[in-house]
Amino acid sequence: MFNSLPNLQVSWEVISVSQRVSTTYGESPILAVVYALAAIVAIILFMSLTAMTLVYTERKVAAHFQCRLGPMRVGWHGILQSIADTLKLLLKEDIVPDQADKAMHLFAPVLCVLAALLALIAIPFSPYLAVSDMNIGVLFISAVSGLGVLGILLGGWSSNNKWSLLGAMRAGAQIISYELSATLSILVVVMFSGSMKFSEIVQSQDQGWWIWRAPVVGLVAFLIFLVASTAEINRTPFDLAEGESELTAGFHTEYSGMRFAFFFLAEYLNLFIVSSMGATLFLGGWMPLHIGNLTFFNQVMDLIPPGLWFALKVSGFIFLSMWFRWTFPRLRVDQLMKLEWKVLLPIGFINLLLAAILTLSGFYFFPGNS
Amino acid sequence: MEYLFVLPITLVAILLVFGGLFASRLVAPHHPGKIKNDTYECGEKTIGSARIQFNVGYYLFGLLFLVFDVEAAFLFPWAVVLREFGYVGLIEIVLFVLVLMIGLIYAWRKGALEWV
Repeated sequence: MFNSLPNLQVSWEVISVSQRVSTTYGESPILAVVYALAAIVAIILFMSLTAMTLVYTERKVAAHFQCRLGPMRVGWHGILQSIADTLKLLLKEDIVPDQADKAMHLFAPVLCVLAALLALIAIPFSPYLAVSDMNIGVLFISAVSGLGVLGILLGGWSSNNKWSLLGAMRAGAQIISYELSATLSILVVVMFSGSMKFSEIVQSQDQGWWIWRAPVVGLVAFLIFLVASTAEINRTPFDLAEGESELTAGFHTEYSGMRFAFFFLAEYLNLFIVSSMGATLFLGGWMPLHIGNLTFFNQVMDLIPPGLWFALKVSGFIFLSMWFRWTFPRLRVDQLMKLEWKVLLPIGFINLLLAAILTLSGFYFFPGNS
Repeated sequence: MEYLFVLPITLVAILLVFGGLFASRLVAPHHPGKIKNDTYECGEKTIGSARIQFNVGYYLFGLLFLVFDVEAAFLFPWAVVLREFGYVGLIEIVLFVLVLMIGLIYAWRKGALEWV
């Protein structure tokens, strides 16, 4: 394979935090432990901050789409609103229904948070900022986000409430169905870059992002991923798992206080994870916008640091998702299943085979390097 | 060593949820009551439990999902080494996918993809 990419304009040195911890361990074990602990604290802080920022952003974006102002009271332009909300949720009573399966009711939010947090450690933020850079990174994220479905199903079932059960079953059916299409579109990128390791996938895009460098198939895969990932995280127009007008709140109807807060946290973290997956696979992740051998253009683009590129792409992706929410009406459950199994899945397969032919024949932009 | 953080993060996630619930228990009111702890049903009295027979359609889609997800698990390693395999690998995978597509078409024709 191509572990060494030949004609790189800039050679990106990639070191993950795990790697750095293990090299430090040889020199001084205490320092390595301190380093690892700092990383864990950073992950927790990042997680809470991301979720809070996303909740605030979502409310602001929603408000401005509807010509409102949104939260304005707490802090400058309501910027502390999420903190106030978190405190409020902390002070709310934790009500567990008598009929519920107590242990499972408690375990469900744990699974959801676990899935989101585990997925977070594989995300490459910049060449130097990725907690783990596994050789099966893409598969790892797909695998651990599968745990989230279990959390949702468990939460809905254990509540012993018909709204919850119905919401959970819908969410489960929807997430597993759309996971197939998401996987098929991810496979297109895995094929072109020839690796499942995030750092190598990003580096394989140093001549251009796969969304346009793989002619048409990249764009089709990106669109499929966009639809499938929106469905996977239960966002509008695919939010019928918690269609509030029919199911009250879906699987988390019986959750209150902190337990609800954790579901909410996991939901917004999943939005972030899916967006960074999309940005990394199709839009180059932290790789600046490069076009083939246009050295001067590429050098200008390199002036913007990789971390900022990543943040911009992910923000764009998230904004798109929020935009969807106020643009598309909710689908019916039969339309949802029809879209996946009769439209997206066949297109995904054909797209995958076309992409395989393009990969083998080298019929894509700047095939020289990878 | 890339999996160094998987176990710690697992523990952290569990601790985080339990810690959050514990902190909430310390500061939040806690007055359980018979009506308050009843199953939520928009103010109506609940009829029966939610442990009921469920629409078999979900199960069908679950089965179909299993088939195609296992297939995706086979496709991942193939996608990574596609360039080494060359066209032989492509033809083999086309045959493999074709068999599954026949399965999908069969399910489609049988009406398994219709939502009832």
